[in-house]
Amino acid sequence: MALLEVNELKTYFRTDDGIVKAVDGVTFSVEKGKTLGIVGESGSGKSVTCLTIMGLNNRKVAISSGQALWKGNDLIQMSPKELRDIRGNEIAMIFQDPMTSLNPVHKVGQQLTEAILLHQDITKSAARARSLELLKAVGIPRAETRIDDYPHQFSGGMRQRVMIAMALVNNPDLLIADEPTTALDVTTQAQILDLMKRLQDEFGSAIIMITHDLGVVAEVADDVVVMYAARVQEEGEVRNLFQRPNHPYTWGLLGSLPRLHHEVDRLTQIHGQPPSLLFPPQGCRFHPRCSFVMPICSQTEPGLDPVTGAQGVHRVRCHLDQDTRDRESAKAVEGTLAEVS
Amino acid sequence: MTRYLIRRILWAILLFFAVTVVSYILFFIIPSDPAKQFAGKGANAETIAAAKHYLGLDRPIYIQYFNFVKRIVVHQDLGHSWYNRESVNHIIADAAPVTASLVIGGAIFWMLLAVPIGVLSALRPRSLLDRGAMTFVLIGISAHPIWIGLIFAYLFGYRWHLTPITNYADFFNPPPGQPGGPVQWAYHLILPWMTFMILFAALYVRMIRANVIETMNEDYVRTARAKGAPESIVLRSHVLRNAMLPVVTMLGMDIGLALGGAIFTETVYSLPGLGRTSVQALNNYDIPTVMGVIVFATIIIIVFNLVVDLLYAVIDPRIRLA
Repeated sequence: MALLEVNELKTYFRTDDGIVKAVDGVTFSVEKGKTLGIVGESGSGKSVTCLTIMGLNNRKVAISSGQALWKGNDLIQMSPKELRDIRGNEIAMIFQDPMTSLNPVHKVGQQLTEAILLHQDITKSAARARSLELLKAVGIPRAETRIDDYPHQFSGGMRQRVMIAMALVNNPDLLIADEPTTALDVTTQAQILDLMKRLQDEFGSAIIMITHDLGVVAEVADDVVVMYAARVQEEGEVRNLFQRPNHPYTWGLLGSLPRLHHEVDRLTQIHGQPPSLLFPPQGCRFHPRCSFVMPICSQTEPGLDPVTGAQGVHRVRCHLDQDTRDRESAKAVEGTLAEVS
Repeated sequence: MTRYLIRRILWAILLFFAVTVVSYILFFIIPSDPAKQFAGKGANAETIAAAKHYLGLDRPIYIQYFNFVKRIVVHQDLGHSWYNRESVNHIIADAAPVTASLVIGGAIFWMLLAVPIGVLSALRPRSLLDRGAMTFVLIGISAHPIWIGLIFAYLFGYRWHLTPITNYADFFNPPPGQPGGPVQWAYHLILPWMTFMILFAALYVRMIRANVIETMNEDYVRTARAKGAPESIVLRSHVLRNAMLPVVTMLGMDIGLALGGAIFTETVYSLPGLGRTSVQALNNYDIPTVMGVIVFATIIIIVFNLVVDLLYAVIDPRIRLA
């Protein structure tokens, strides 16, 4: 049984303009010790999916349905108290902007100790020792002194390390990382991803990595889910996705990446805008922006079907026939590192 | 830190001079003849001239100002009232505790009212409680303290005989024949406190509500929930700890300002505080008393501002005293 099984998860938000269908039927699973990458652009529903799993949505405006089975128990049905016992303990989450994610008036050590003492019945000094241990593990230099510093005394990369330390302090089985490196520069990004992989090996936790950056996915993920307009459009093992992408949206994403060996004047873009989640398009949600659109695409939404001839897991939501998809797939992969490897 | 303090004190001294110079000059631009008033009715030109000399009004203005400052700094003497020759130091020493009782007591009550209402409104926006609180805010800010005071005095004092209408009961040493002691002191101050606090309670409810709503949306509050913290800890340790920072400093400044004289409330309830004293002195063109209140109020405000700035540096680790 998978560690986390998400089935037809839906989260709708009540707003003054109507019901926003932020997550509209998402299914995936996460295995113990593995990394799942959730890719999508802003507004695709990737963050809200994970906030729903953690129960962090505003209960007054969010309605969720579906299942999120954590070790067999449905998180969606749990009481707030049961969720609180799991949050920060078995499932931990780190967020995008390290500059604002730490309380500015509490010392860093205090915030780490708080995370420990909320879930473990140990003495304050034991908690502090554990905090120090984690700060060292994430690579904070002179951790013994830094533990009593305030967040504003750390740089962005250091703060994100502190956040990671805070998340791992209770040895969670799952770490959900919501775009942890988006707000950081590229070198720091590489360091943080390295750190996360190392810690995953050390602690054995599974990771859900939410990102819009395919490079990050290629670097860390074992499995990938591509989300668009609140639905999963393509999913599979990372190898399959990069060597044989099968969805026009994925082709677009890969096409928009700069190539190392080809010189171009303009990067290819996916024309159009992400759709409104108040009134999503009829049929396939990507069809208004798809270069391969057919009449059927605006009428019926395709199901998430297996890709023929795939090794391992690979499913796609598209009406195009497999031959066309294979042809376009080869074109999309051309010049990317997937071709090289 | 010491350098910061020294610099602040130097600025304070400069500010003190600036305020007193401007006030002093203002009074001398007002057309009036205090010597004539001082000499009394039916005084002839000689007496008036003698009075003028006695009051030091025949010297150039800068000499007068210099003497004024010298007297304050060297002798800590604010002079004598032109109206009744009482020492201004005494006048202020009598009036200040009255204003202090009103303002500090009022501050405690307005915070006791504003914090729970502000926080609850923020936690349940657009609920009945919230809308009720915002209506209260609107009324509290719009209604004039004199009107509020008179209505309260009429209803609670005159109609229903719940509290006394006027007068101040001294806490320690009541004059003979007057009510005194702690109970009477508080009893006589109930209506003044209620009147005085309404405006501030309204302002603070609005400010606290806005601060709490804004803080609730901060990322670190989401982090606290993600750690599995119960709402009580999220609220106390993360939301309020940050949302109340600006409130604390505003409180210091508002109290400092109000100590200069809560004029309207003191007038309605005939409390012999600094506000009423200065209004009366103005009517009598009693410059030394007015200047005395100005000096006193300026010092209080400067001190409170300094305390507030230091306090902010203590409670917010991001603030470094430059």
